Amino acid sequence: MSLQDKYKQLIDAATTSGVSNLQVREQDNVLYIDGSAPDGATKDKLWDIYAQLDPDYRAGDLILNVDVSASAGTKAKVTTESTNLNIRKGPGTDQPIVGKAAHNEIVTLQSKTNDQWWLIKTDAGEEGYAYAQYLSPQ
Amino acid sequence: MKFIKNYLVLFVLSCALFIGCKPKDSDIKSQIEQALQANLETSGINVQVTDGVATLSGEVKDQQARDKAGTLAADAKGVKSVDNQVTVTPPVVEAPVQINPDEALVQGVKDATKDFPTVTANVNDGVITLTGDVKRSDLKNLMMSLNTLKPKKIDNQLTIK
Repeated sequence: MSLQDKYKQLIDAATTSGVSNLQVREQDNVLYIDGSAPDGATKDKLWDIYAQLDPDYRAGDLILNVDVSASAGTKAKVTTESTNLNIRKGPGTDQPIVGKAAHNEIVTLQSKTNDQWWLIKTDAGEEGYAYAQYLSPQ
Repeated sequence: MKFIKNYLVLFVLSCALFIGCKPKDSDIKSQIEQALQANLETSGINVQVTDGVATLSGEVKDQQARDKAGTLAADAKGVKSVDNQVTVTPPVVEAPVQINPDEALVQGVKDATKDFPTVTANVNDGVITLTGDVKRSDLKNLMMSLNTLKPKKIDNQLTIK
Protein backbone atom coordinates (compact mmCIF):
# COMPACT_ATOMS: atom_id res chain seq x y z
CA MET A 1 0.00 0.00 0.00
CA SER A 2 1.44 3.37 -0.94
CA LEU A 3 1.77 6.09 1.69
CA GLN A 4 -0.76 8.27 -0.13
CA ASP A 5 -3.26 5.40 0.22
CA LYS A 6 -2.42 4.81 3.88
CA TYR A 7 -2.94 8.50 4.70
CA LYS A 8 -5.73 9.11 2.16
CA GLN A 9 -8.25 10.00 4.89
CA LEU A 10 -5.84 12.62 6.24
CA ILE A 11 -5.07 14.09 2.81
CA ASP A 12 -8.80 14.23 2.00
CA ALA A 13 -9.56 15.94 5.33
CA ALA A 14 -6.81 18.53 4.71
CA THR A 15 -8.20 19.23 1.24
CA THR A 16 -11.84 19.57 2.31
CA SER A 17 -11.20 21.55 5.51
CA GLY A 18 -9.55 24.43 3.69
CA VAL A 19 -5.84 23.92 4.40
CA SER A 20 -4.07 26.45 2.18
CA ASN A 21 -0.75 25.97 0.35
CA LEU A 22 -1.32 22.26 0.78
CA GLN A 23 1.58 20.15 -0.47
CA VAL A 24 1.63 16.36 -0.42
CA ARG A 25 4.99 14.91 -1.42
CA GLU A 26 6.66 11.55 -1.09
CA GLN A 27 10.42 11.27 -0.80
CA ASP A 28 12.55 8.29 0.31
CA ASN A 29 9.55 6.39 1.71
CA VAL A 30 8.35 9.29 3.85
CA LEU A 31 5.21 11.28 3.10
CA TYR A 32 5.42 15.04 3.74
CA ILE A 33 2.19 16.99 4.18
CA ASP A 34 2.66 20.76 4.49
CA GLY A 35 0.14 23.56 4.66
CA SER A 36 -1.66 26.19 6.73
CA ALA A 37 -4.84 25.28 8.56
CA PRO A 38 -7.54 27.97 8.85
CA ASP A 39 -7.75 27.43 12.65
CA GLY A 40 -6.43 25.41 15.57
CA ALA A 41 -9.43 23.06 15.57
CA THR A 42 -8.64 21.99 12.01
CA LYS A 43 -5.02 21.29 12.92
CA ASP A 44 -6.17 19.23 15.92
CA LYS A 45 -8.60 17.28 13.76
CA LEU A 46 -5.81 16.40 11.31
CA TRP A 47 -3.60 15.21 14.16
CA ASP A 48 -6.43 13.05 15.51
CA ILE A 49 -6.78 11.40 12.09
CA TYR A 50 -2.99 10.89 11.98
CA ALA A 51 -3.18 9.12 15.37
CA GLN A 52 -5.96 6.84 14.10
CA LEU A 53 -4.05 5.85 10.96
CA ASP A 54 -0.71 5.43 12.75
CA PRO A 55 -1.32 4.74 16.46
CA ASP A 56 1.24 6.51 18.71
CA TYR A 57 3.03 7.83 15.58
CA ARG A 58 5.27 4.79 15.43
CA ALA A 59 5.69 4.17 11.69
CA GLY A 60 8.05 7.07 10.99
CA ASP A 61 6.62 7.47 7.49
CA LEU A 62 4.85 10.83 7.78
CA ILE A 63 5.91 14.40 8.56
CA LEU A 64 2.74 16.43 9.16
CA ASN A 65 3.81 20.07 9.13
CA VAL A 66 0.56 22.01 9.22
CA ASP A 67 0.63 25.35 11.02
CA VAL A 68 -2.29 27.64 11.83
CA SER A 69 -2.53 30.66 9.60
CA ALA A 70 -2.39 33.83 11.70
CA SER A 71 -1.29 37.30 10.72
CA ALA A 72 0.10 40.15 12.80
CA GLY A 73 -2.52 41.51 15.21
CA THR A 74 -4.21 38.13 15.67
CA LYS A 75 -5.11 37.27 19.26
CA ALA A 76 -3.74 33.99 20.57
CA LYS A 77 -4.53 32.06 23.74
CA VAL A 78 -1.75 30.64 25.90
CA THR A 79 -2.39 26.89 25.87
CA THR A 80 0.24 25.53 28.23
CA GLU A 81 -0.88 22.60 30.36
CA SER A 82 -1.11 24.77 33.48
CA THR A 83 2.07 26.81 33.82
CA ASN A 84 3.10 30.26 32.64
CA LEU A 85 4.56 30.66 29.17
CA ASN A 86 8.05 32.15 29.02
CA ILE A 87 8.54 35.24 26.88
CA ARG A 88 12.14 35.42 25.70
CA LYS A 89 14.47 38.04 24.30
CA GLY A 90 15.18 35.97 21.19
CA PRO A 91 13.84 32.87 19.42
CA GLY A 92 15.40 30.00 21.41
CA THR A 93 15.28 28.40 24.86
CA ASP A 94 18.87 29.61 25.38
CA GLN A 95 17.62 33.20 25.26
CA PRO A 96 16.97 35.13 28.50
CA ILE A 97 13.41 35.27 29.81
CA VAL A 98 12.00 38.81 29.63
CA GLY A 99 8.45 38.12 30.74
CA LYS A 100 5.67 35.59 31.35
CA ALA A 101 2.20 35.05 29.95
CA ALA A 102 -0.26 33.22 32.19
CA HIS A 103 -2.04 29.98 31.27
CA ASN A 104 -5.16 30.88 29.20
CA GLU A 105 -4.04 34.53 28.84
CA ILE A 106 -4.80 36.22 25.51
CA VAL A 107 -1.76 37.76 23.78
CA THR A 108 -1.31 39.55 20.44
CA LEU A 109 0.77 38.10 17.64
CA GLN A 110 3.33 40.59 16.29
CA SER A 111 5.05 38.38 13.74
CA LYS A 112 5.94 34.77 13.03
CA THR A 113 9.71 34.39 13.21
CA ASN A 114 9.47 30.76 12.11
CA ASP A 115 7.21 27.75 12.70
CA GLN A 116 8.51 27.40 16.26
CA TRP A 117 8.88 30.96 17.59
CA TRP A 118 6.41 33.84 17.40
CA LEU A 119 6.97 37.43 18.51
CA ILE A 120 4.08 38.31 20.82
CA LYS A 121 2.93 41.16 23.04
CA THR A 122 0.90 40.85 26.23
CA ASP A 123 -1.83 43.29 27.27
CA ALA A 124 0.59 44.43 30.00
CA GLY A 125 2.98 45.53 27.25
CA GLU A 126 5.58 42.77 27.57
CA GLU A 127 6.99 41.86 24.18
CA GLY A 128 9.19 38.95 23.17
CA TYR A 129 9.40 35.49 21.65
CA ALA A 130 7.21 32.59 22.76
CA TYR A 131 7.08 28.96 21.69
CA ALA A 132 4.32 28.66 19.06
CA GLN A 133 3.22 25.18 20.17
CA TYR A 134 1.68 26.81 23.26
CA LEU A 135 -0.19 29.54 21.36
CA SER A 136 -3.60 28.97 19.78
CA PRO A 137 -4.71 31.71 17.39
CA GLN A 138 -8.29 32.75 18.15
CA MET B 1 -21.04 2.20 -80.78
CA LYS B 2 -21.01 -1.15 -79.02
CA PHE B 3 -17.31 -0.78 -78.47
CA ILE B 4 -17.81 2.63 -76.79
CA LYS B 5 -20.61 1.25 -74.61
CA ASN B 6 -18.39 -1.58 -73.39
CA TYR B 7 -15.63 0.85 -72.72
CA LEU B 8 -18.00 3.02 -70.65
CA VAL B 9 -19.10 0.02 -68.56
CA LEU B 10 -15.50 -0.84 -67.92
CA PHE B 11 -14.78 2.75 -66.93
CA VAL B 12 -17.70 2.87 -64.48
CA LEU B 13 -16.66 -0.49 -63.03
CA SER B 14 -13.07 0.59 -62.55
CA CYS B 15 -14.24 3.78 -60.83
CA ALA B 16 -16.38 1.73 -58.46
CA LEU B 17 -13.42 -0.56 -57.80
CA PHE B 18 -11.14 2.36 -57.14
CA ILE B 19 -13.55 3.90 -54.64
CA GLY B 20 -13.94 0.53 -53.00
CA CYS B 21 -10.18 0.34 -52.47
CA LYS B 22 -9.95 3.73 -50.79
CA PRO B 23 -9.55 3.22 -46.99
CA LYS B 24 -12.56 4.28 -44.94
CA ASP B 25 -12.14 7.16 -42.48
CA SER B 26 -13.00 4.86 -39.57
CA ASP B 27 -10.23 2.44 -40.59
CA ILE B 28 -7.70 5.27 -40.82
CA LYS B 29 -8.83 6.49 -37.40
CA SER B 30 -8.34 3.13 -35.69
CA GLN B 31 -5.00 2.68 -37.44
CA ILE B 32 -3.74 6.04 -36.09
CA GLU B 33 -5.18 5.40 -32.65
CA GLN B 34 -3.35 2.11 -32.45
CA ALA B 35 -0.06 3.78 -33.39
CA LEU B 36 -0.54 6.59 -30.84
CA GLN B 37 -1.52 4.23 -28.04
CA ALA B 38 1.63 2.18 -28.54
CA ASN B 39 3.60 5.12 -27.09
CA LEU B 40 2.98 6.34 -23.56
CA GLU B 41 3.66 9.99 -24.38
CA THR B 42 1.13 10.08 -27.26
CA SER B 43 -1.47 7.73 -25.79
CA GLY B 44 -3.79 10.48 -24.57
CA ILE B 45 -4.30 12.11 -27.97
CA ASN B 46 -7.73 12.19 -29.69
CA VAL B 47 -8.11 11.43 -33.40
CA GLN B 48 -10.83 12.47 -35.86
CA VAL B 49 -10.71 11.57 -39.57
CA THR B 50 -12.89 13.26 -42.20
CA ASP B 51 -12.39 12.56 -45.91
CA GLY B 52 -8.88 11.34 -45.24
CA VAL B 53 -7.85 14.38 -43.21
CA ALA B 54 -6.72 13.40 -39.70
CA THR B 55 -7.21 15.95 -36.92
CA LEU B 56 -5.22 15.38 -33.73
CA SER B 57 -6.15 17.08 -30.45
CA GLY B 58 -5.24 16.85 -26.78
CA GLU B 59 -2.24 17.61 -24.58
CA VAL B 60 1.28 16.20 -24.43
CA LYS B 61 4.22 17.09 -22.20
CA ASP B 62 6.73 18.18 -24.85
CA GLN B 63 7.19 19.23 -28.49
CA GLN B 64 8.89 15.94 -29.31
CA ALA B 65 5.74 14.00 -28.41
CA ARG B 66 3.63 16.40 -30.50
CA ASP B 67 5.88 15.93 -33.56
CA LYS B 68 5.90 12.19 -33.08
CA ALA B 69 2.09 12.10 -33.04
CA GLY B 70 2.03 14.08 -36.31
CA THR B 71 4.47 11.67 -37.96
CA LEU B 72 2.61 8.58 -36.75
CA ALA B 73 -0.68 9.97 -38.12
CA ALA B 74 0.88 10.93 -41.48
CA ASP B 75 2.31 7.41 -41.85
CA ALA B 76 -1.13 5.80 -41.60
CA LYS B 77 -2.36 4.31 -44.89
CA GLY B 78 -4.87 6.50 -46.72
CA VAL B 79 -4.19 9.73 -44.84
CA LYS B 80 -4.24 12.77 -47.14
CA SER B 81 -3.09 15.30 -44.59
CA VAL B 82 -2.74 15.82 -40.84
CA ASP B 83 -4.10 18.77 -38.87
CA ASN B 84 -2.02 18.66 -35.69
CA GLN B 85 -3.88 20.63 -33.00
CA VAL B 86 -2.14 18.92 -30.09
CA THR B 87 -0.94 21.42 -27.44
CA VAL B 88 2.23 21.14 -25.39
CA THR B 89 1.77 21.47 -21.61
CA PRO B 90 5.00 20.93 -19.67
CA PRO B 91 4.44 19.02 -16.40
CA VAL B 92 4.60 21.00 -13.15
CA VAL B 93 7.87 20.14 -11.46
CA GLU B 94 7.33 19.48 -7.76
CA ALA B 95 9.85 21.19 -5.52
CA PRO B 96 11.81 18.65 -3.48
CA VAL B 97 11.04 18.47 0.24
CA GLN B 98 13.30 20.81 2.20
CA ILE B 99 15.07 19.01 5.05
CA ASN B 100 16.75 21.18 7.68
CA PRO B 101 20.46 20.60 8.37
CA ASP B 102 21.33 18.72 11.56
CA GLU B 103 22.59 21.86 13.38
CA ALA B 104 19.19 23.54 12.97
CA LEU B 105 17.41 20.33 13.96
CA VAL B 106 19.55 19.93 17.10
CA GLN B 107 18.63 23.46 18.23
CA GLY B 108 14.96 22.92 17.35
CA VAL B 109 14.81 19.58 19.15
CA LYS B 110 16.35 21.15 22.24
CA ASP B 111 13.57 23.77 22.35
CA ALA B 112 10.83 21.24 21.60
CA THR B 113 11.87 18.77 24.30
CA LYS B 114 12.69 21.35 26.99
CA ASP B 115 9.43 20.67 28.83
CA PHE B 116 9.80 16.88 28.51
CA PRO B 117 12.91 16.01 30.56
CA THR B 118 12.32 12.24 30.32
CA VAL B 119 12.54 12.37 26.51
CA THR B 120 15.89 12.01 24.76
CA ALA B 121 16.10 13.12 21.15
CA ASN B 122 19.06 12.38 18.90
CA VAL B 123 19.57 13.90 15.47
CA ASN B 124 21.51 12.10 12.78
CA ASP B 125 21.41 12.82 9.05
CA GLY B 126 18.03 14.55 9.33
CA VAL B 127 16.42 11.74 11.35
CA ILE B 128 15.16 12.53 14.87
CA THR B 129 15.22 9.44 17.09
CA LEU B 130 13.19 9.62 20.29
CA THR B 131 13.97 7.42 23.29
CA GLY B 132 13.04 7.52 26.96
CA ASP B 133 9.46 7.86 28.12
CA VAL B 134 6.56 10.24 27.76
CA LYS B 135 3.10 10.66 29.23
CA ARG B 136 0.38 9.69 26.74
CA SER B 137 -1.21 13.13 27.18
CA ASP B 138 2.07 14.83 26.16
CA LEU B 139 2.86 12.70 23.10
CA LYS B 140 0.70 14.63 20.62
CA ASN B 141 2.09 18.03 21.71
CA LEU B 142 5.66 16.77 21.48
CA MET B 143 5.09 15.27 18.02
CA MET B 144 3.35 18.45 16.81
CA SER B 145 6.42 20.51 17.79
CA LEU B 146 8.91 18.10 16.24
CA ASN B 147 6.97 17.87 12.98
CA THR B 148 7.41 21.62 12.38
CA LEU B 149 11.22 21.33 12.43
CA LYS B 150 11.45 19.95 8.86
CA PRO B 151 13.25 16.71 9.72
CA LYS B 152 13.69 13.88 7.24
CA LYS B 153 11.78 11.52 9.51
CA ILE B 154 10.96 10.93 13.17
CA ASP B 155 11.73 7.54 14.66
CA ASN B 156 9.54 7.27 17.75
CA GLN B 157 10.94 4.65 20.15
CA LEU B 158 9.41 6.26 23.23
CA THR B 159 7.84 4.22 25.98
CA ILE B 160 4.39 5.68 26.47
CA LYS B 161 3.19 5.85 30.07
